[in-house]
Amino acid sequence: MLLIRCPYCEEERPELEFRGAGEAHIARPTNIAEISDEEFEAFFFLRDNPRGVTFERWRHIHGCGRFFNAARDTVSDKFITTYKAGEPKPDLDAVRGEKA
Amino acid sequence: MRKYSAFAIAREALRSHKGWEKQWDSPEPRAAYDVVIVGAGGHGLATAYYLAKEHGVTNIAVLDKGWLGGGNTGRNTTIIRSNYLYDESAALYDHAVKLWDGLSQDLNYNVMYSARGVMMLAHNVHDEQVFKRHIHANRLNGVDNEWLSPAEAKAYCPPLNIASSARYPVVGAALQRRGGTARHDAVAWGYARAAAARGVHIIQNCAVTGIRRSADGAVEGVETTRGFIGAKKVGVVAAGNTTPIMEMAGLRMPLESFPLQALVSEPVKPVFPCVVMSNTVHAYISQSDKGELVIGAGTDQYTSYSQTGGLHILSHTLEAICEMFPIFSRMKMMRSWGGIVDVTPDRSPILAKTPVRGLYVNCGWGTGGFKATPGSGHVFAHTIARDEPHKINAAYTLERFRTGRLIDEAAAAAVAH
Repeated sequence: MLLIRCPYCEEERPELEFRGAGEAHIARPTNIAEISDEEFEAFFFLRDNPRGVTFERWRHIHGCGRFFNAARDTVSDKFITTYKAGEPKPDLDAVRGEKA
Repeated sequence: MRKYSAFAIAREALRSHKGWEKQWDSPEPRAAYDVVIVGAGGHGLATAYYLAKEHGVTNIAVLDKGWLGGGNTGRNTTIIRSNYLYDESAALYDHAVKLWDGLSQDLNYNVMYSARGVMMLAHNVHDEQVFKRHIHANRLNGVDNEWLSPAEAKAYCPPLNIASSARYPVVGAALQRRGGTARHDAVAWGYARAAAARGVHIIQNCAVTGIRRSADGAVEGVETTRGFIGAKKVGVVAAGNTTPIMEMAGLRMPLESFPLQALVSEPVKPVFPCVVMSNTVHAYISQSDKGELVIGAGTDQYTSYSQTGGLHILSHTLEAICEMFPIFSRMKMMRSWGGIVDVTPDRSPILAKTPVRGLYVNCGWGTGGFKATPGSGHVFAHTIARDEPHKINAAYTLERFRTGRLIDEAAAAAVAH
C-alpha cells in the first residue's frame, strides 16, 4: 500500500484514505463547444501514461476531502513529491536535491 | 517439428526420453523481416502463428524484452468466456471461443481448454437486470448464456453460499456453459512451438528501443538492444507497455496502464467445478488442474509499470471469497503477483492500423485479454497481412476515440473486465 503525503493535512497517510483521480494538469478547454474532434480526443481520451515520472491527481477522500497533485515514478511507485491543486509542476531536480 | 502423440510418449518411454526436441529455437536475428511483432505474449505469438498458417507470411520475428509468455500471459486467471453485451464484442470474443475449441489439435499442443462453465453471480436487483439484459443480447448474437436461480447456482457449484444472511446474498447467476479455463503457459508455448515450426523467429531478451521510419513516414524497422532489425510491417502487441512503444513512433495513445493482481492457494483435491465471477464484490475464482484455487482481484487505482500492487486489494478480494465460499476461509494462499494491463476509455481493445504506414497495434485488452488470445491473433494477422481489418475487428479502430463510435463495454459491465 502506498503512503501518500497530503499537502493540505501535511502528513503521510495510507492509500486507503485516498482516491486516485488520473493524470494531472489537463486543462478543460474553455471553448469546449468549438474545439475540433482531434482537440477533444487529445483532451478527453489521450493520456501520457509514462513509464517513469507521472503527474497525477489524488483526492484525500477519507480525510480533508481535497484534491491535490503528485509526482510519482511509475516503475518504482515511489512518490517524488505532492503539491496543492493549482500549483505548477514542481522542479523535480530541486525536490530530489532537497531529499538527498 | 516432431508431432506429439500417445505413440511419441510410448516411443520416448522406451528410450529414456532422449528423443524430445527443443520446442523452439533461439536464432540470431536476421537483418530484416517482412513482419516484426513486438511482444511475445499469447496475442503476439498467435498473430505470428496465424500470419504463417493462414496468410503464408513466414519471414517473421517476434521480439520480447523478457522471455516469451512472461508478461500478462503468465499472470492472468485463465478465464475464457464470450458473454459480452455489444454485437462487436460478442463477435470478437465468440470468435476466440470457437478457436479455443479445437486449439489443442490445431497446435498439436495440449492447451488444456476446459469448458467447465463460467457463472457470474448477481447480488442485487441491478445485477439481475444487467445480467438478464446480457443474456437476451447474447441469445440474439448466438452466444450461450442462461439465467440460474440461487438453488440452481448452488447445484452447479456446491461450495457456493446462497444463505440470505450472507454479506453479499446470491439472487441468481448467469451461466455460460462454453466458458471455462485453459492452461495459460501452454497457450504461449503451444503458439511459440507451432509458429517456430513454420519458420517464425522468436527472439527473447531483445527490447525494442526505437521505431525507425523513412523520409515519407513509413516504418523501416525497429531499433533494439540487439541492433537494428529491418521490417516492412511492425505489429505492436505489448499490453501494458504499449504506450512507451507507440510513443517511439510519435503516437499518443488512449491508454492507461494499471496493476492487476491475482493469487493462488495451496493445492487441494478437486473441490471447485467451474469458474465463478462476481462483479459486484470483484472477485473471480476457479481451481486449476494442479489443485490450486486461482483467484483474481480488481486493479489498483493508480497507473504503474511495477508489476506489483497493494496488499489491501488482495485482502479485499479474499474477504469477498470467504463470504461467498465459507469452506475456503482457512485455506492458505501460496503466491500473489501483479501484471500491467493497458486500459482504454471504453474498456474495449484496439486492433487496428495506425496513422503510421506499416505500423499496426493490438492493445487495450485491459483486465480481460487472455480469453481472446486465439481470436485476437487471428484477426490481427489478417489486419497485418491484408493491410485492412477483418470484419470482426473493423470497429476496433484507434480513430473511434475521435469519431465517438465507442464500444462501451465499460458502461455495460460497470467494472473493468
